[in-house]
Amino acid sequence: MAVRARPLTLSSARLSAARRRWWRQAFEGWLFIAPVMIGVLAFYFVPIVVSLYVSLTNWDGLTTADWVGLRNYERLFTRDRYFRDSLRNTLFYVVGHIPLTIGLALILALLCNRKVRGVIWFRTAFFIPVITNVVAISLVWSFFFAPRSGTLNWFLSLFGIGGPSWLSNSQWAMPAVIIVSVWFGVGFPMIILLAGLQGIPEMYYDAAKIDGASAWARFRYVTLPLLTPALFFLSITQFISSFQVFGIIYVLTGGGPANATSVYIYYIYQNAFQNSRMGYASAMAWILFAVIATITFVQWKLQKRWVVYD
Amino acid sequence: MARLSRPLAGRGSPRPARTAVQFRRLAVDLVFYAVMTALALAFLAPLLWMVTASLKPEYLVLSVPPDFLPRHFEWANYAEVFNIIPVFLYNSFKLAFLTVGGVLFVNSLAAYAFARLDFPGRDLAFSVLLATLMVPGIVTLIPLYIIYKNIGWIDTHYPLWVPKVLHSVTACFLLRQFFKQIPQELEDAARIDGASTFQIYWRIMLPQVRPALAAVGIFAFLDSWNDLFGPLIFLNTLELQTLPVALKLFQGEFFSQVNVLMAGATVTIVPVLIIFFVAQKYFIQGITMTGIK
Repeated sequence: MAVRARPLTLSSARLSAARRRWWRQAFEGWLFIAPVMIGVLAFYFVPIVVSLYVSLTNWDGLTTADWVGLRNYERLFTRDRYFRDSLRNTLFYVVGHIPLTIGLALILALLCNRKVRGVIWFRTAFFIPVITNVVAISLVWSFFFAPRSGTLNWFLSLFGIGGPSWLSNSQWAMPAVIIVSVWFGVGFPMIILLAGLQGIPEMYYDAAKIDGASAWARFRYVTLPLLTPALFFLSITQFISSFQVFGIIYVLTGGGPANATSVYIYYIYQNAFQNSRMGYASAMAWILFAVIATITFVQWKLQKRWVVYD
Repeated sequence: MARLSRPLAGRGSPRPARTAVQFRRLAVDLVFYAVMTALALAFLAPLLWMVTASLKPEYLVLSVPPDFLPRHFEWANYAEVFNIIPVFLYNSFKLAFLTVGGVLFVNSLAAYAFARLDFPGRDLAFSVLLATLMVPGIVTLIPLYIIYKNIGWIDTHYPLWVPKVLHSVTACFLLRQFFKQIPQELEDAARIDGASTFQIYWRIMLPQVRPALAAVGIFAFLDSWNDLFGPLIFLNTLELQTLPVALKLFQGEFFSQVNVLMAGATVTIVPVLIIFFVAQKYFIQGITMTGIK
């Protein structure tokens, strides 16, 4: 950049050389990032503008679109019972999925952090579900949940518990979905927390031991505070992703029974691609964005209260 | 207390004290391994069940109590699956290779520029790129469907790999982090030797970030292989469908038998498992890089 500031006092030959170099750098840089920037424009900014417009129309994807202003939004909030159902179901899912996933991930990470032989194999076992295919594995789980022949109810019967008919019972379908989602999703936060644990210097624990801190006190006052940055990252990403759960529900329950697992994205999918209500579905997508953005913002603001940065 | 008394006890009667400590340690280890094994089995049970079910005759699949060990191997299930799936397997592999190759080239090129080149507008462009992570994918999905429809991309494979290649922000971000760590001297030496910027990127810098390329490549493979929404929405013709989605669509039709369906599920998961075990190190490294930095 210094090259650019000097040219005024230089000879014209060197001035043009410096200018040429500046142009060349600019040209090269933008050439390198051109594909990515074209991608952002074509697959992000253009669709967003289109989406805003479509959400204000009653477009069905085929015929011409009529401008309906904010009526899509108005109808969603005042007259659509299924929209309210989908909100309630999503909330149920989020409230069940996030604490269970992060809690179990923390326990598994603490267990895997023990420096003993063979622990890496356990870590691998806990992580493997993450990479499996959601369709294939949800099909497997659908047989696990079978009321009579299913493995889960057989397992419960060993303890004298009569399991419910999971997927065909509107009270138990969502817990079943949450069980699969926790099984499926715990490996990723576990790895993040494990990395966090391994980043805590050993001397903190030594110092705590000298001060006579019990194992619980060491966890509560050394481990947990130092994990808060990782937990903060996880709470943000888990909120964003669990509001968008789709695959497990598409395969396992199809939104049923009696609409009990029709979550937000599933209802968008039905509106847009099964009932061709593109405008209506786009309005829903924007409401989701507003919800996610608000929650992320609030979490960001609240982080000062509980996240410890050393 | 135990620790303090050990040297004293060591002089008089060393044996009992040491065995007591050893015994306690052994007990802790045993409990630890027992708990971990139980947990690991719980996590692996669905996969074990899938593989064994795929090797059973149909009348034994849904037996109670569940039987995790097949008595004789019914390989005919796989023969049946491979009568149906080659075209879907081909589609899945084709899309995965296009995605991985494209993501690696396009994003390493951009990441190199963002990390190492100095040009006007660079930081602004990068912030714009990162900002796009905020909007959930569903917002752009419906308009993309409309756009693809207008340019004739519906019912082709383009929507399933071109956007993934050109708009893969996390890949770009991760690679940029790695490029930033390479010492400047390496680049300067090459420049003095008269190498062009592209040559420096291709010959000098790219080999330096191989672990990152491996991680990003695996992520891209998984992203493509396990994609559900894309194939479901953008494809109509069955012959174009990917393996997982075909599995679901055909659930009742070609895969009416549970054992054959499970053979199909196994074939869907095995390629990913192989890649995972080959490159687990890079994979875990990649996750912690995105999570911590």
